[in-house]
Amino acid sequence: MAGGQERILRRRIKSVQSTKKITKAMELIAASRIVKAMARISAARPYYEELVGVVRDLSASSGLPKSVFLGEPPVADKKGILAITADRTLCGAYNSSVLRAAEKQVQSFSKAGKGLFLVAVGRRANSYLKYRGVAIEASFVGMTDRPTYDDAREIAAPILAAYESGQVESFDIISNRFYSAGNQQLEVTQLLPLDPAKFGSRENAQSFDFEIEPSPEAIIDPLLRMFVEETIFAILLEASAAEHAARQRAMKAASDNAEELIKTLSRIMNRARQDSITTEITEIVGGAEALGAGSKVIDESFLLTYSNRENASA
Amino acid sequence: MANTFPFSLVTPERTLLKGDATMVILRTGGGDIAFMAGHAPFIGSIEPCVMTVTLADGATSRAAVHAGFVHVANSVVRVLADIAELPDDIDVERARRAKSRAEEKLINSNDASAEAALRRAHARLELAGVRDSIK
Repeated sequence: MAGGQERILRRRIKSVQSTKKITKAMELIAASRIVKAMARISAARPYYEELVGVVRDLSASSGLPKSVFLGEPPVADKKGILAITADRTLCGAYNSSVLRAAEKQVQSFSKAGKGLFLVAVGRRANSYLKYRGVAIEASFVGMTDRPTYDDAREIAAPILAAYESGQVESFDIISNRFYSAGNQQLEVTQLLPLDPAKFGSRENAQSFDFEIEPSPEAIIDPLLRMFVEETIFAILLEASAAEHAARQRAMKAASDNAEELIKTLSRIMNRARQDSITTEITEIVGGAEALGAGSKVIDESFLLTYSNRENASA
Repeated sequence: MANTFPFSLVTPERTLLKGDATMVILRTGGGDIAFMAGHAPFIGSIEPCVMTVTLADGATSRAAVHAGFVHVANSVVRVLADIAELPDDIDVERARRAKSRAEEKLINSNDASAEAALRRAHARLELAGVRDSIK
């Protein structure tokens, strides 16, 4: 029966509408968080620039002292990866692109005969990689929404320890980078060893004869440790902004699709309703016609007999 | 009026203090040091301490700085601290608890991290103006 189909469609439209309400809300939340995340990126920038300035001036005045963090990587049988994903899904390809890239890296390591030292950030990376039997050295969850410097410090601790003890020869960060609200890209950044070119050349230095207390050799390692923490912090902030942007886009697409689906379903439902009305009218008209036609036949026969009677009497 | 110089206290998450100052006092790896306008270029690591900044208008600002670096170039003083707090941000109760915890640990051992924690707690309590902070 036509009415039954109409009822089913009405129910589906209602469910799509409530889904759309949810996705719309998530879209708006993500949009407001992008703005906050961007503000945090720009609030964190002065510190990064100052830190780079300190290292640059230090190297300009006395030449960079030897440090395990700089230059030639130590020889070790492991390479490190820091994979940064989100805790939650519903953000398009944000998580899967990181995980795919991480898996590719892992394969290339094993081809080169290197072991893996994996640090995972975000529930997604943790569960995905664990399920595939990849050993995770350290895992951090519950911080990607709004990363703090303390989080960065916690993440840096096992990385620095592994690197300084000579367990790993390098560390790469795989994460999404935020370029603009419409453009986020997967990026692999080399974290360790640090590239001295990052700190700029001597020509940019503000002065050459710095007093250094207590001594260049004593401050270089803590300084570079701070720099590693800060790099991780900056990348976490970028990743968090990228996550919110990706989620906003995914949820906008979902809301648009829901809108489209509602339109299509409403059209089908209206057609079904019209069909059922048309059928009903046709049935009524048909019935009425059948009744009307029946009485006409009687009338005609009556007329016929009547005229026959007239004729006869004439 | 004394000469002033631009000063900033920057932490990873935000810039805590910024402005023109006439004097900055803090503790580096080599001991307490005061910076005034025209100081020679300087890079030093910071020990946990209470930093005192005399601003151009004569007012003083204080902040607990726990680790980081001070960088002086072209008569601009920048303090980079990975942990720094203004007086209003300090939780006295928490600092007291941290202090007694660190002291307990230090009775039996010579733990560097406990000692650092104790010095941080001292700096916090000193900044909060608690009298019994340093025994």
